[in-house]
Amino acid sequence: MPAYQLSQLDTLEAEAVHIMREVAGEFDRPVLLFSGGKDSVVMLHLAAKAFAPAQIPFPLLHVDTGHNFPEVMTYRDEAVEHYGVELRVASVQDFIDSGRLRERPDGTRNPLQTVPLLDAIDTNRFDAVFGGGRRDEEKARAKERVFSLRDEFGQWDPKRQRPELWDLYNGRHRAGEHVRVFPLSNWTEVDIWEYIAREDIALPQIYYAHERDVFLRDGMWLTAGEWGGPKQSETVERRVVRYRTVGDMSCTGAVDSHAATVAEVIAEVAVSTITERGATRADDRLTEAAMEDRKREGYF
Amino acid sequence: MTTTETTTRELLRFATAGSVDDGKSTLVGRLLHDTKSVLADTLAAVERASRAKGLEAADLALLTDGLRAEREQGITIDVAYRYFSTLNRSFILADTPGHVEYTRNMVTGASTAELALVLVDARHGIVEQTRRHAAAAALLGVRHLALAVNKMDLVDFDEGVFDSICAEFDEIAKSLGVDDVVAIPLSALQGDNVVARSSHTPWYSGPTLLEHLEAVPVGENPELSPLRFPVQYVLRPRDDEFHDHRSYAGRVAHGLVRVGDTVTVLPSGRITTVAAIDGLDGPLDFAFAPQSVALRLADDIDISRGDLIAAADEAATPSQDLVGDVCVLSDRQIVSGDRVLVRHGTRTVRAKVAAVTARLDLTTLESSPYDGPLSVNDIGRLTLRLAEPVAADDYGQLRRTGAFLLLDDQEGSTLAAGMAVAARCLRG
Repeated sequence: MPAYQLSQLDTLEAEAVHIMREVAGEFDRPVLLFSGGKDSVVMLHLAAKAFAPAQIPFPLLHVDTGHNFPEVMTYRDEAVEHYGVELRVASVQDFIDSGRLRERPDGTRNPLQTVPLLDAIDTNRFDAVFGGGRRDEEKARAKERVFSLRDEFGQWDPKRQRPELWDLYNGRHRAGEHVRVFPLSNWTEVDIWEYIAREDIALPQIYYAHERDVFLRDGMWLTAGEWGGPKQSETVERRVVRYRTVGDMSCTGAVDSHAATVAEVIAEVAVSTITERGATRADDRLTEAAMEDRKREGYF
Repeated sequence: MTTTETTTRELLRFATAGSVDDGKSTLVGRLLHDTKSVLADTLAAVERASRAKGLEAADLALLTDGLRAEREQGITIDVAYRYFSTLNRSFILADTPGHVEYTRNMVTGASTAELALVLVDARHGIVEQTRRHAAAAALLGVRHLALAVNKMDLVDFDEGVFDSICAEFDEIAKSLGVDDVVAIPLSALQGDNVVARSSHTPWYSGPTLLEHLEAVPVGENPELSPLRFPVQYVLRPRDDEFHDHRSYAGRVAHGLVRVGDTVTVLPSGRITTVAAIDGLDGPLDFAFAPQSVALRLADDIDISRGDLIAAADEAATPSQDLVGDVCVLSDRQIVSGDRVLVRHGTRTVRAKVAAVTARLDLTTLESSPYDGPLSVNDIGRLTLRLAEPVAADDYGQLRRTGAFLLLDDQEGSTLAAGMAVAARCLRG
C-alpha cells in the first residue's frame, strides 16, 4: 500500500472514533448499549481508545432480557471492571413482574426489550444512545443513518431521517427526542472479526466452539434452559457449536462449528454461505419486514 | 496476536446513479452476486420473491430493495449502503435512486464518494438524467466518473452505439472539469463486463467494471494539502498520573501534521507548535487525513470544540461572510432573510441568508442570476452573514473544510448541503 494510505480497518476505526467523539462533544447525556455481544464489545474497545488517557465519558446500558447466557453475564461484569465504566441495567423481568409487559406465547423476549429500553432512555434523560447496528446486517439497516433521530416515542421514521453528508453528523434534537448513533455502520461482519483479531479483544467464550446441550428448532440449535425449551417433541443432544450473534437465549441459535480461535472464526465467516442473522436469529424470520417494523417501534 | 494473517485492503467509497429503468438495481445486485457478497439465505429469499412476482430467474434488483414502503411502490426512496470486498479492496457503495426529485439523494451519496458510477441504457444513450447525475457528482467534487453503458445485449453489443455514447459523455465530463472518465459496455442482466469479461465485446479492451473499481486510485496525497484539523473534544484525564495532560481530539480533515509543526488556531489566530501527537495506539511522529488522533500543543491557549487547527502558513481567513453553493435537501424553502444555523467542521453558528444570487440548471449546467426562493432539490448560490467568523476553505480545493450544512434554527433538521466558494473565484 502506498505511503499515507490507511487500510480498511484503520479507516473504519478512525471513522468510529470520530463519531464517538462527535457524540461526546455534542450531547449532554450519551449512553452506550452493551449486551456483551461482539459488536458492543468492539464499540466499548473503540470508546476506550477514543478518549484515552481520559475515562470513557458515558455509562453503559444493558437491556437484560433475563434469558442470559451465564458466560456473557460474567464477561459483562469483567468488562465493566476492566474499563472502569458505570453500568446501568434495564430489566425485562422487572417489567414483566410489575405487569407492564406480558410474556409472549413463544417465550421469546427479544421484542420485549423495546419498552424497558425506551423507559431507561426517558428516566435517565439519555439524549444519545450508541448502538452496535451495522448496515450489512439487514436490509432495513442498510438505510439507517449514523445519527438516527428518534421521536419522543422512540420511533424511527425512515421518511423523516436527515440526509447525512460528508462527515458532518447532525445531532440537534428537540427536548424529549433522542438520537441513536451507530459508529459501526460501515463495518461488515468480517471487518469486526478482523478487528477483534488485530486488537486482540477478548470475547465471551460462547463465540468460540464448545460443547453444549442443544436442541433443534426451526433449523437452529437452541440452548436448553429455564426460559422454556425444549418442548416435549424436541430432543436435547450434546454438540460442538459456537454462536455468531449473542441475544436472548430463547431465540439466538448456535451453529455447528469447530472454530475455536479468532483465526478459525474468520476463516469460517469468510466461506459461510448464510448471513449471521439468517443463521442465528429467529426474531428476524418472523416476517419479511421484521426488522423494519421493530426499528419503527424503537428497537435497537 | 500473530496467529491471524489480517488482510490489509484499501477502502473505496463510490456512489451509483441512474434513471428509473437503467437497470441500476440489477447492476448493483450483479456486483454483489458476482463478488460472492450475497449469501445463500438472502439469495433464496430473492428467489422466493421473484417467483411470487411470476418471474422465472432470480430478479437481482430485489437484492437492493430495502423497505416495505419501497417494495410496495416499486421505488427506492433513499440512499442505501452496500458492502462488498475483493482480495485487495473493500467497497462501500452509496446506492442512490435516480428520479428527478431525488437530486438531494444523489448529492448525499456523492458527498463521501471518490468515484461516481453513472448508468445509461445503451438503447437510449445520454438523457437528461445522465447530465444531472454527472453534474451532481462533479459539483460534489467526485474526481472519478465511470460510465456504465448498460443493456448492451439489447443493441447487439454494437461498438458504434457504445462509441457515440462515450463521445457525448466525454464532452459533458470535459465541460464539468472531470478528467478521469472510464466508460464500460456491459449487461447487468447477463453479467457481461461487470465482474467477468464478456465474449460479446471483442472490440473492447478496457477494464471490466470490477477491475476498474479495483484499480482507480483512492485517497488523496496529504502532502499536497495544508493541514486542517477541526477540534472535536478536549481530553483532560482526571487521574493524577495525567494531571497536566490536555489534548485536542479530532480527525485530520486534510493534509499532514508533524510534531514540531507551527499551527494556527482559528478563529482566534493564535500561533503555537505541535508538542505531541497521540494516535489510537500510542505516540506518533506524524498523522494524516483521515486519521483520528489527539494533538498536544506547546502553549497553554484557550481551545475548545469548534476551533480549527490549521497549518500556520496556509490557513483560511476566518470571516463572517460566507459564499457557497447549496443543494436544498428539505421541504423548507430558503429565501433571503432566513435565519438558519451553519454547521462547518465541528462549529455551529447562527446565520442569516444575506442574498440568494444564482441558480444552477443541472441539465444545461448553466448558472443564471436568481434571487427568488430555493426549493427542495434546487442548487443555488447564496451569501450568508454569520454571527461568528468561520474559516471555510474553497470546496473545490479542500472538500472536508469547504463543506457546510444549513440547519433549521428551531427543530435542527438539515436544510441544505453547502459548498463554500472562495471569494476570489466568484462566478455566480
